[in-house]
Amino acid sequence: MAVPIIAAAASPQLAWREPIYITAGFAGVISMCLLLMQPLLAGRLLPGLTPVASRHWHRWCGLALVAAILIHVGGLWITSPPDVIDALLFVSPTPFSAWGVIALWAAFGAAFLGLSRKRLGLRFRVWRLGHASLAIITIIGSVVHALMIEGTMEVMTKWVLCGLVVLASVATLAKFQIWDIRRPT
Amino acid sequence: MPGLKFSRRSLVLASGAVLATGATGFLVPARASGVAPTASMRGGSNNYRPGAPIVDRIGGGGFWMTGTVRRAGDGAPLPGQRIQIWAHTTEGHERDPQSHGATLTDANGEFRLEMPQIVPAFGQPHGHLAYDSGEFETVFLRPIMGSSKDKTLAAHFVLQPA
Repeated sequence: MAVPIIAAAASPQLAWREPIYITAGFAGVISMCLLLMQPLLAGRLLPGLTPVASRHWHRWCGLALVAAILIHVGGLWITSPPDVIDALLFVSPTPFSAWGVIALWAAFGAAFLGLSRKRLGLRFRVWRLGHASLAIITIIGSVVHALMIEGTMEVMTKWVLCGLVVLASVATLAKFQIWDIRRPT
Repeated sequence: MPGLKFSRRSLVLASGAVLATGATGFLVPARASGVAPTASMRGGSNNYRPGAPIVDRIGGGGFWMTGTVRRAGDGAPLPGQRIQIWAHTTEGHERDPQSHGATLTDANGEFRLEMPQIVPAFGQPHGHLAYDSGEFETVFLRPIMGSSKDKTLAAHFVLQPA
């Protein structure tokens, strides 16, 4: 996960950007890395982590992801307010903006479901399907968003990272068969 | 073109347009019946700073913004029109005053202004151009470079009288 961040840190484009724009860009790159952690932790696919520790880290990575998204959008807003307003209102000329904004709201929705699972009183598998559905929208939106952008991320590491995010997500969804919302027998 | 009707007026206009554009070497048969005005592009006016000064060059140069300005309908080239240009370049952000400049079209309605190399900003290497002088309807353009390594970018205006 450090590789795409290091590759982005070597981007020649950084020389022509202000610190706030650089911060916003890296918050986006870090978000993508956290997005790889989330399905791995949710699916308990990381060796050496107990299920309890996995869930614990899943929660913290989720909160970090929300924070990184806020820094990403907030930093871009400070860099160029009209471009971000266009994006949030879905009238941006750049096609990847809409994917990013959809991913943003889906991520916030998934985080909200995660934080309020007990309060909502939903049956576990129904809640899980909702949380996972929003997570899938977040992942697809983020991957398309990232791949269409010409920014500081180096092309090869960006594609590999996005590929790994999709693979990890598919593995976790398949492992839990999240579409099966019948009561466990 | 289904639904295309000629009245005497449009025929006269079209003939005039053919003559005018033919004379300037811009003759394009498909558009001979009338040149449609250019619509502003989405996001074209972002980070616009009205009243950019007319300059010989923006910053150190090395990159060329080029284009044409014509009149809607007959497509006649419009000389002396002020076009404002800004972009995120190697020398500054879109919002920085030094990233903005303006130039005038020549007798053929063409303009070219040297400016620093445009670099990708907000995910795309793009420039911004504005016609905002009042005589014609305001138009904001936001052309995208085919490659961020390009050394030139073109944008074309067809203006409608205000």
